Amino acid sequence: MHVSQNWIDIAYLIAAVLFVVGIKGLTKPKTAVRGNLLAAAGMGVAAVVTLLNEHIVTYEIIIAGVVVGGLIGAIMAKKVQMTSMPQMIALLNGFGGGASFAVASAEFFRGSADNTVSIIATGAAVLIGAVTLTGSLVAFAKLQELIDGKPMGFPGMKVVNAILFVGSLVGIGYLVVNPGNETVFWGLVAAAMLLGLLLVLPIGGADMPVVIALLNSYSGVAASAAGFVMGNSALIITGSLVGASGLILTSIMCKAMNRSLTNVLFGVMAEAG
Amino acid sequence: MDFVAQLTLFVLAIFLGVELITKVPPTLHTPLMSGSNAISGITVVGALIAAGSDSGLLINVLGFAAVVLATINVIGGFMVTNRMLAMFKRK
Repeated sequence: MHVSQNWIDIAYLIAAVLFVVGIKGLTKPKTAVRGNLLAAAGMGVAAVVTLLNEHIVTYEIIIAGVVVGGLIGAIMAKKVQMTSMPQMIALLNGFGGGASFAVASAEFFRGSADNTVSIIATGAAVLIGAVTLTGSLVAFAKLQELIDGKPMGFPGMKVVNAILFVGSLVGIGYLVVNPGNETVFWGLVAAAMLLGLLLVLPIGGADMPVVIALLNSYSGVAASAAGFVMGNSALIITGSLVGASGLILTSIMCKAMNRSLTNVLFGVMAEAG
Repeated sequence: MDFVAQLTLFVLAIFLGVELITKVPPTLHTPLMSGSNAISGITVVGALIAAGSDSGLLINVLGFAAVVLATINVIGGFMVTNRMLAMFKRK
């Protein structure tokens, strides 16, 4: 059954309103539980109505993916210790970034990125999504003590990061001129993944909550960029909403810890480099 | 949807997101981060469309991966937020 795009977009608008009210609720102790439930309801509305999208022709992969992902997510949420919450959020956020990265990659190989705007949006979603994925995995590994929580770095790390970032932008620019070049696409993927690792490795365990909040903001921006590729209002609105509110939360958390964001992100790199 | 309409949504939603978060008590920092992390799982919408488009093996694989990852993000995210908030109530 397929319905007109207008009805789908109206449902997305309802979902967006539920997210706004939900986030607002989460900022006050009295309304926090209700806020979370409203946001979850918004997600339910957005997901269900998407199944009516005219581009969806087969449901097998969707059902398999939702069952597998739902089970893993529910088991993880039930089993996790309260003391392990920050790394749990880091891991979940990494998966979200990875999902946006996978969506943008699928759109690239489907050939949907056929004009300047959608190619730049695809590149942005891949870049930010992949940075979120590997950066969050490092944050998780540090907090879980899978790797040393101490800041790690090497001389010239800043320069390497700058080269990776500028190289990624050049790669996206190249794709605008030569759409569909798969070698450049995979180069962009590799550079972005490495950049995510290198950005978080030099940050110490104590500053990790702030980094996770920032990466959460990134995953919102990645979702928003994917929305530009697909022309999807739910992704654009909700992604940029989370991107902006996540950034404000990051700055509030920095202030609460008496740290400046620049200090958290670049303080140690200066020592190492 | 044309680009200008998309850009309009993008810019207005950014301003809304900035205004939405003002004073947050420190105890709610982690639950709010967790809740907004779950909301960033909205990318599940894109994942569903990619996975259901049936346009070749590579896209099916990417679509499946996207749906699995996004669903973990959404289901896990809202459930842990709920658990955290339930803890606060008992105190």
